[in-house]
Amino acid sequence: MLWFILRRCGSAVIVMFLGSVLIFLGIRALPGDPATVMAGQEASPEVVEAIRQEFGLDKPLPAQYVDYIGQTLTGNFGRSTQDQLPVIDIIAERLPVTLELSALAMLVAIVIGVGAGIVAAVRRGKVADYVATGFGLAGLSVPHFWLGLLAILLFAVTWQVLPASGYVPFTQDPGENLQRMILPALVLGTGFAAILMRQTRSAMLGALSADYVRTARSKGLSEAKVVGAHALRNSLTTVITVLGLQLGALISGAVVTEQIFVIPGFGKLTVDAVLTRNYPVIQAVVLITVIGYVVVNLLVDIAYAFLNPRIRLSGGSHD
Amino acid sequence: MSLLEITDLTVGFDTEDGLVQAVRNISLTLDEGEILALCGESGCGKSVTAMSVPRLLPPDTTRLSGSVTLDGRELTTLPEPDMRHVRGKDVSVVFQEPMTSLNPSFSVGYQITEVLRRHEGLSRRAAGERALALLELVGIPAPARRMKEYPHQLSGGMRQRVMIAIAVACSPRVLIADEPTTALDVTIQAGVLDVFRDLRDRLGTAIILITHDLGVVADIADRAVVMYAGRAVEQATVTELFANPRHPYTLGLMKALPTAAVGGRLAEIPGMVPSPLSDPDECAFHDRCPRVQTDCRLSRPQLVRQAEGHLAACFHPGGQS
Repeated sequence: MLWFILRRCGSAVIVMFLGSVLIFLGIRALPGDPATVMAGQEASPEVVEAIRQEFGLDKPLPAQYVDYIGQTLTGNFGRSTQDQLPVIDIIAERLPVTLELSALAMLVAIVIGVGAGIVAAVRRGKVADYVATGFGLAGLSVPHFWLGLLAILLFAVTWQVLPASGYVPFTQDPGENLQRMILPALVLGTGFAAILMRQTRSAMLGALSADYVRTARSKGLSEAKVVGAHALRNSLTTVITVLGLQLGALISGAVVTEQIFVIPGFGKLTVDAVLTRNYPVIQAVVLITVIGYVVVNLLVDIAYAFLNPRIRLSGGSHD
Repeated sequence: MSLLEITDLTVGFDTEDGLVQAVRNISLTLDEGEILALCGESGCGKSVTAMSVPRLLPPDTTRLSGSVTLDGRELTTLPEPDMRHVRGKDVSVVFQEPMTSLNPSFSVGYQITEVLRRHEGLSRRAAGERALALLELVGIPAPARRMKEYPHQLSGGMRQRVMIAIAVACSPRVLIADEPTTALDVTIQAGVLDVFRDLRDRLGTAIILITHDLGVVADIADRAVVMYAGRAVEQATVTELFANPRHPYTLGLMKALPTAAVGGRLAEIPGMVPSPLSDPDECAFHDRCPRVQTDCRLSRPQLVRQAEGHLAACFHPGGQS
């Protein structure tokens, strides 16, 4: 098991390195010159050249990469070309906001999606199944921005039970923070709940018709144990795969949701940085996204191993 | 009164094509310590008959009538929570597919202790000790190590032994073994059958053995019921059945045994099993029968006594007449 985790960590580091190279090259391939943007349209060529030298943009690409990766590894992402603040400080301020939003959205998705998926599978062909699959289809089809606006209209304007927008740090006022986060989390989580529901339902349908479920019934176990232990345990692999794959969609969903609810998160930072060609910020943002992906996939792999003895045990052998 | 009495059992399933009758008017009895074979080809209703006892048929689509009593207690109308105390405790099942009938995500030890903790109320530790003894009972070497292993680490024969250990964990009155050796290597088959024989001798377990293999029947069973198209067509003790088979279908099955055709092509029964959707008033075997006569097409023969303890449903039975 330990060997398995170490191997996965090793390949994760390689992926992160390749990711950093791609980010570095990709961003230099973009049209437009950051020095010109920073200097402003009326600046003289000398000023532009000075800026170029200050930020090391005149050096050859490999040298720029070595500078960049060396700085990055020491936690220095450079300064934002926009407001000269250290990028690491900006990230430290924005990242927790999006992490909280994503975690809450995932929680919503798991509770609603997995729960409804199990119910739909167990009550296949009955009313509960049709209701769940109907809502699932709706949840898949409705775009975040529309659902967000609708939620604001209903909860904040018509019923006035929740605030429409804004953000209060959790450390400042936990109650207020959750009150402001609940709507965005629900809006962001709905789409994933729908996807999870469909995947859970089909995985559970497969598991429920498996021979080992019949064996579990023949033991005289309660339906709760047959479904909740024997069938669900074998469906969780699918559920976790979907969760891992949906992370990317969660980040792009967060961009839209943060715009609607005016939440100063990572998504808004990304969009602003791209629009102003803020290289240091873009690099940091994308790199952190890559790391997020790799870490989540690593966790998914480890979770697989815990759930599926076939993976766990083959990881320990000499293959 | 016998331990298990099945009386006039009829089982059908709702399908898109209408009601499919899998079992029609079966009656049979099973005594303590008896091994009863249910034989016949695929789809003859032998599994459905047996699975009606622990009620392991899909509840939504199954249409069942008749009576099943265990120690005089009616099982067909028993409320589901009470039935769950019967399953795995009084009546347990060894399924046909050892490769898929164990849960791949749980250790062998867990899957055995689970049933002990459910029905015997044992602690985790006591159940673990019992499970270890059960693995030894069914002839698994190095049982302590096997307890921690998962199904994919075991061979088919070992998995089937684990299934048997689960099934006999709570010393059931009736053990249903659904083609327990079909998926296994021939060399392992004999070992698994020995386990059954041993259980019967030691615990007095009554066993319903579902099989299409008359070799297995001859090897282990005391009595046999031959089924065809959802009905019992012949019923006798195994010695009597092999000495004097009366029904032409039984005779056909015996001729199809590999040992009867050394060096030659296996004998086969021509034709197809009739569709379970229709049930015309005729002998279901008539268009495959070598002894068919006009009356076979006009009405259906009932099970009638041929000799002491020997019933057959045929107008023109073979053997001593």
